[in-house]
This record gives sequence, structure tokens and C-alpha cells, in this order.
Amino acid sequence: MEKQSFSEKLKEGKFVITSEIGPPKGTNIEPHLKEAEHIKDRIDAFNVTDLQSSVMRLGSLATCKLLIERGLEPVFQITCRDKNRLALQSDLLSAYVLGVKNVLCLTGDHTTLGDHPDAKPVFDLDSVSLLQVATDLMNGKDMKGNELDGKPEFFPGAVVSPGYEPLELQLIKMEKKIEAGARFFQTQAVYDLKSFEKFMKMVEKYRVPILGGIVLLKSAGMAKYMNEKVAGVSVPDRYINMMAQAKKEERAKVSVQIAAELIKGMKGLCQGIHIMPLGWEKYVPLVLEAAEL
Amino acid sequence: MLITKPKDSREIESYFEKRVFVFKCYGCREVYFPEQEINKFVEERAKSISGIAEVDYLCNESFSKIYIEKNAHVIRNSDVIVVFSCGVGSQVISKLMENNIVVPGCDTCYLNGFQGLTVLDCDCNQCGECYLNYTGGICPITSCAKNLLNGPCGGAKNNKCEVNPEVDCGWIAIYERLMKINKEKILVENKIFVRNFEKIIKGK
Ligand code: SF4
Ligand code: SF4
Repeated sequence: MEKQSFSEKLKEGKFVITSEIGPPKGTNIEPHLKEAEHIKDRIDAFNVTDLQSSVMRLGSLATCKLLIERGLEPVFQITCRDKNRLALQSDLLSAYVLGVKNVLCLTGDHTTLGDHPDAKPVFDLDSVSLLQVATDLMNGKDMKGNELDGKPEFFPGAVVSPGYEPLELQLIKMEKKIEAGARFFQTQAVYDLKSFEKFMKMVEKYRVPILGGIVLLKSAGMAKYMNEKVAGVSVPDRYINMMAQAKKEERAKVSVQIAAELIKGMKGLCQGIHIMPLGWEKYVPLVLEAAEL
Repeated sequence: MLITKPKDSREIESYFEKRVFVFKCYGCREVYFPEQEINKFVEERAKSISGIAEVDYLCNESFSKIYIEKNAHVIRNSDVIVVFSCGVGSQVISKLMENNIVVPGCDTCYLNGFQGLTVLDCDCNQCGECYLNYTGGICPITSCAKNLLNGPCGGAKNNKCEVNPEVDCGWIAIYERLMKINKEKILVENKIFVRNFEKIIKGK
């Protein structure tokens, strides 16, 4: 039986699981594809990041195409940091002819945060206007209203950060994204189920599927770093202590246990999960097992 | 150098349905200020005008502050303050009158030549299509590191910009300013903005 697509599953209200591939800095993509292939039966779609953290790397679209060739479904992440409106529209058309349907439209981190801080930050469009452009293209027009010769079909998505403060401002932006055509959302890493539940109550009215974000903790230090530096993330002390008390060789096990606990809690709250393993891809099957998925 | 152009009247007409106080700035005389067009526009709406201030250098915050305090009874009791000046002048008035609705009457366009007279917190990039009436008088182009027009990125932490933890996130400032006048919902109601870079290409 043909595997159901990511968008079909969401439409039917099934719980979906996405994960993520960060293309390498260089051409050595094979190990990443192997890792993805290894878990492909348990993952509905793989996000491919677009020069994640503003670091120059192999491209997202090329990696998406390689995934498709191996029978995996990609989510093409596209940011506004590096391309102007001509290039963004053209890349969306290119994605479609290469077989990419899911596109995650992002503003993107600022250039100064990456390994080419002296680069020109483009930001000609932003996540909202990019979603609108994807919608326009699907309607057979470019953003200036010119007719297209052949129109694409997308399942556009966006991100939302449930831990952002002030949250109301984040919800305003989320509403704009929905208005512009976002049909699903993936969230920033969630560690606090209580406040995630509150967030889900607030966004219920939009009736758009939400995939809760899971980032595997690698150490107590990483958790503290995220609390201090990463927007919208706050790891509770309980998890930090669990990681701190674990012996080095036990850390992965504890991390898997934490992720599984979060996923179990999310199951009744949202429509899916998005796992960002950040190098710990090999633990994803363990997480899913422990979470009984 | 810069040029100010009156905004398309359709964009600001609705403000004149209420009581409007008008600022006109005659500061930089080397700047082109469309005085006649503005006077005509204001005269045609005389019924709605609660007062007019013709001043020099609105961008001078301490001066503007004294002016506003002296005329507070008229200015603060108006429903809307419309500022005919460059983007900096509008931003300064908006900052000084946080509980009032302050909107620009002009678009500020780029002109070759020497910029500016003094160092200020408020900055205008002369984008040619002033957004201040949708953003509570805080410029989304100069106060946001990504020049975002449709709301904040997800990068702010503790109200600070992801680019520089010393600098406030411009979009959180916009949101808080709009909350003071109960207008934060306009961020949803606004159309989706996309900048028109044709307006800043020299010679256009
Ligand atoms: S939006 Fe900003 S840059 Fe544009 S005219 Fe207004 S103050 Fe100047
Ligand atoms: S953190 Fe705020 S000011 Fe900085 S780029 Fe994002 S929205 Fe703009």
C-alpha cells in the first residue's frame, strides 16, 4: 500500500510525525540521507533546513530532491534571509517541478548570527508575505499579478513559538500567517506541557493543525544555554536536574526519556510532533518507541 | 537630504472624521516641504481641525516636549494628531504622546546629499511610503534589524533583538505602543505589506 502523504494524514486528523535534516557544510550528504532512510517508515516527512542558523551549507532544495528520489517526503524550508522576491518565487516554482509539495515559509535568522556575519541581509519579503506569494503562485499568478504558464500546488506551512513573550503578539503574527495561506504549523521546542496546553487552547479557534516541537536535550549545559539565549525556549529545572544527575553514558537515555514524556503529554493536545534531533538522529527511533508511537 | 510628499489622501482621510490636531514642520529649509498642497488639504478639512502648530525642527525632542506641554489642553484632547514632517518628526511626536493616536501626513523620500543635523534615537530611512500610521509611530524599518513589515520574527528574547541583546526589539515596542491606544488589533487588520524599492531608486 502506498504510504499516505503528510498533508493527507493531517487532513484525516491522524497524528503525524516529522523530523529534520540539516544539510552538511560541504557535499557529504550521503550519511544524512542514510540516517533518514533508516527511520523513514516511522516519519511522515522530513524538514530540510535552509542554511540553518545562517551558516553556509548545502542547499535545502537539492537535499529535498535527493530525499524524494529515495522515496522520502520532504518539507522544504525556505527563508527570506538570502534571496529577494524574484529568487524566492523562482525557487518555489523550481521546488514544485522537482516534486516538492510541503513548503515551510520562514523569515530566517539574521545573517549576523551565522558564519558569514558580513553578508548582506536580504529580508526583501518576510514569512507572511512569502506565504502570500506561495498562495498567489498556486492561484496561477506571480506577486505582481502576472499570469503563470502552469501553476504549482503546495501545502504551505509556517512556524509559531508558543513560549514567545508577549504571546499575544506571536498570535497576531500567527493569524497573519493563516490569512496568507499557512495550512499547518510547527512549533519551537516545547518543554513545558502546562503552558503548551494553554497555548493550544488559545489557538484552537484557528483550526489549523499544530505539530509540537521536540528538541533532544544533550546535557544540562545545553538546556541552560537555551534558557539564556534561545528565543521562546525555557527548560524547567526538573529536566535540567535530570540531565545534570545523569552519568555521561546515561545522558542519552535520560534525554530520550524526557522527550518521550513530552510527546506522550502532547498526544492529546496537538495534531503531531516535529522532532529536531540536532545530530542525535540515531536516538529518534528510541524516542518514538518510548513514546509508544 | 530628503523630500516629503503628502500621503495619498485616501490613506489619511479617515482620520479627519474626528478632531484632528495638525503639526507642520518647517525645520530643514533645504528640504522640500510641500507646503501649499498640505495647506490646501488641511483647509478643506477645517471643520475637523482643533488646532494647527507650525514649528521648526519637530525632531528636537526637548523643544517639541515644551511645545506640547504648553498647548496640552488642545493637543491632548484631540482624537488624532497628524504630523506633516519627515519620518523623524512624526516619530518624535508619537514618542512624546504615547497615549494619543499620532500619524504621519507625509511620505519621506530619499534625496542625494548630506543627511541630518543631529544625533537622535529616532531614525528614518526615507523609504518613500511611511508606515508609521500602521505601527504606532515607531518605524519598522529602522527599529527592526530585518526591516520587517508584518510583525516580529521569533528571535526576540527578554524583549531584546536577536541581532543585539543590547537593543530593544522594535516590534515589541510597536506592539506595546499600540496597546497604549488600544489599537494592537490593527496589526491583524493591516493588509500584508511588501516594500516598494522602486521608491528609493535614485532618479525615480
Ligand atoms: S516608515 Fe520609517 S523609513 Fe519609511 S518614511 Fe516612515 S519613518 Fe521613514
Ligand atoms: S528581534 Fe525584533 S527587532 Fe530584531 S529582527 Fe526580530 S522583529 Fe526585528
